[in-house]
Amino acid sequence: MVAELGHFALILAFAVAIAQSIIPLWGAHKGYAEPMRFAESAAMMSFLLIGFSFAALTYAFINSDFSLRVVYANSHSDKPYLFKIAGVWGNHEGSMLLWVLILALYGALVASFGRNIPPSLRARSLAVQAMVAVAFLAFILFTSNPFERMDPVPVNGTGLNPLLQDWALAAHPPFLYMGYVGLSMPFSFAVAALIEGRVDAAWARWVRPWTLLAWSTLTVGIALGSYWAYYELGWGGWWFWDPVENASFMPWLVAAALLHSAVVVEKRSTLKSWTILLAIIAFSLSLVGTFIVRSGLLTSVHAFANDPERGVFILGILVIATGSSLALYAWRAPQMAPEGVFAPVSRESGLILNNLLLSVATAVVFIGTLYPLFVEAFTNEKISVGPPFFNMGFTPLMIVMLMVMPIGAALPWKRGDLPRVMKKLWTAAALSIGIGAMFAMWRSGGPIFAPLGIALAFWAIFGVIVDVAERVKLGRAPAGESLRRLARLPRSAWGQALAHIGMGVTAFGIVGITAWETEDIRVAKVGDMIPLSGYEIRFDGVERLNGPNYRIDGGKFTVFQDGEEIASLLSEKRFYPVQRTQTTEAAIRASLIEDIYIVLGDRQEDGGWAVRSYVKPFANWIWIGALIMTLGGVLSLTDRRHRVGAPNRKKTAMVPAE
Amino acid sequence: MTHDRNMTQCRTRRGRSATAALLILALLMPLPVGAVQPSEVLADPALEQRARDLSKGLRCLVCRNQSIDDSDAELAKDLRLVVRERLVEGDTNDEVLDYVVARYGEYVLLKPRFSPVSAALWLGGPILLLIGGFVAWRQIARREVEPAPTAPLTDAERIRLREMGIDPDDLTDRPA
Repeated sequence: MVAELGHFALILAFAVAIAQSIIPLWGAHKGYAEPMRFAESAAMMSFLLIGFSFAALTYAFINSDFSLRVVYANSHSDKPYLFKIAGVWGNHEGSMLLWVLILALYGALVASFGRNIPPSLRARSLAVQAMVAVAFLAFILFTSNPFERMDPVPVNGTGLNPLLQDWALAAHPPFLYMGYVGLSMPFSFAVAALIEGRVDAAWARWVRPWTLLAWSTLTVGIALGSYWAYYELGWGGWWFWDPVENASFMPWLVAAALLHSAVVVEKRSTLKSWTILLAIIAFSLSLVGTFIVRSGLLTSVHAFANDPERGVFILGILVIATGSSLALYAWRAPQMAPEGVFAPVSRESGLILNNLLLSVATAVVFIGTLYPLFVEAFTNEKISVGPPFFNMGFTPLMIVMLMVMPIGAALPWKRGDLPRVMKKLWTAAALSIGIGAMFAMWRSGGPIFAPLGIALAFWAIFGVIVDVAERVKLGRAPAGESLRRLARLPRSAWGQALAHIGMGVTAFGIVGITAWETEDIRVAKVGDMIPLSGYEIRFDGVERLNGPNYRIDGGKFTVFQDGEEIASLLSEKRFYPVQRTQTTEAAIRASLIEDIYIVLGDRQEDGGWAVRSYVKPFANWIWIGALIMTLGGVLSLTDRRHRVGAPNRKKTAMVPAE
Repeated sequence: MTHDRNMTQCRTRRGRSATAALLILALLMPLPVGAVQPSEVLADPALEQRARDLSKGLRCLVCRNQSIDDSDAELAKDLRLVVRERLVEGDTNDEVLDYVVARYGEYVLLKPRFSPVSAALWLGGPILLLIGGFVAWRQIARREVEPAPTAPLTDAERIRLREMGIDPDDLTDRPA
């Protein structure tokens, strides 16, 4: 019964979305207030209806209602509670429901917190948002109904893929979707602005918080996925350039570019049409990502052929959404004249360079991801494009990016003086080179690029710190004055500083793990000592244990450093009887310097066990950097500028003064 | 059925095979963990390192987007052994790759060689960088106008800006 109500709510949401995509547009066109205001109530209504529908599906999962096909196929009564809930989006139908839920959530957020946005723009944006909702609700209702019943009702379910029964991966999809579905908001604002024919500094300011929210959550989502791969997949890889990873990475890159170009629109009223284009591209890439993942096309051509209906449907949505918005862009964009003037050496130019690098980087990932598909379609040949290609094409762009980032950020608007900026930044340069040299001595024997990479990462970090120090006149003004200036720095400036530092920190982790990882593969017998870059690892045998819904072969290890015991670790091989699948849980002794990472392999004929051990230097900084970036995004989001006029607190405070 | 599960599941790329049928089989079978087995490791560490580096660039043909260095599949193991055999025989890295490509085709290379087919792949990025760089440079050059000397903000204007939540220092050139 609950499931039927959920299904019915979804159908109602579909009807509401259709109304929401038409009435406000008409109202905005005619200038009627009531139809425009309808957008808000409709957006709230959609969110409530889809929320109810989602809750109904969650209810079915929690209660193991195996009469629903998706519950049967993706759950099991013995599964821990958390993973029953995670099972809701651990399947195609449920994850699409989460997709539209988040779409509706953004609509509801704009309806409730977007009061500072002019009524016509708000109405039009919500209408565009509703069009996306119509398309995806139709997709769910016609091809992927999560509320489909089964008869007869099976006794128990087939369980969730064990690899998904993990906290990081349970949290991964909601964050990821908050990110790339969130990019629908800047997209809707861009299309609405094209309809209105007006883009100005205020528009950029309204769009920015939504882009920030999407980008920040996307950062968390990607980092969670990467961290999960690191500890779950068994050898500590953290990025594979897999099509499904690229699917979320491309929108992230474009969203980052959009954040930067929107600043230029906001402050300098230039780069307007480019920013609109980026907003369209960012969400289009989200749709491409949804298509790649949902159609299974890149997983395997056969998988796609087996069930082409869904893939073709999303492809249709993609073509219509991208095609029509680009057509609108081609028609309206030429009217958007740039206003601001600036010199070649200026912050504007720096941000243009940032956009150039991020866009080309996105293009490289895009071409590499889809190239095999095109080659196969047009020539019948098959080629592979894998990590070596992406590393080669992507890394140089990021190196240039890190090199120019501190310089661009330190340049003033309109006209800068490069020698003066360099004079400011020379301390950062000297410090980072010093640190690079220190690492060369500390970690000798690594590849030649390593100290250079470390220096580059620290250049990004120190560059920010020196810039902030300069802005508060540290050392040039009395300490009290500097402190006051520091306190007065807007939160968006702190956000920017943190995001840039986060970039440097992540780069540091990447260089560290890439350059200095060590590995040992051997057959170990109980009591054997494995020497590995300064540590000794003793294999203490394997014991049988039981988990909530799996059995464990637990390899016990003791780690010694200079003869002293520093850790005892358990590396698990889990066997899930329901799915008859095995997963690995690497034993990790995490630290900020380096992780000791041990994986128990198969039992050998001579009674020993295959054991793989690794030392992974600075690995954790990869994700710490991502967290710092996210923090920067969130901090920037709370900047007063984004809230001005919003809940009218400001206005009431101002009235008595006037 | 398996292919259209959740996207995150698609990320679980270990040991998955190319066809749907094999995919189901792969899901039903317990997956052996890890890729390179102790018995495969060459005695000479320099040679072994070369083998690992080469393996990272070779595709496991029955897997989804996985190198033979990462894969548990039998075929990947065979290929790893082939690479090591050739290296022990004294082949250079290029000779090993030629040998593998001759047997399995270009598809086995995760980094395609430059050819008419892969030309757009390799040149796409650089060409876009050139075009984009040119367009950006033109935009920047066109926007360069002698800045008219602007009067400094009055105190009233600064107060008004603060009320609007804008830092007046953000708007103007920084003081020299």
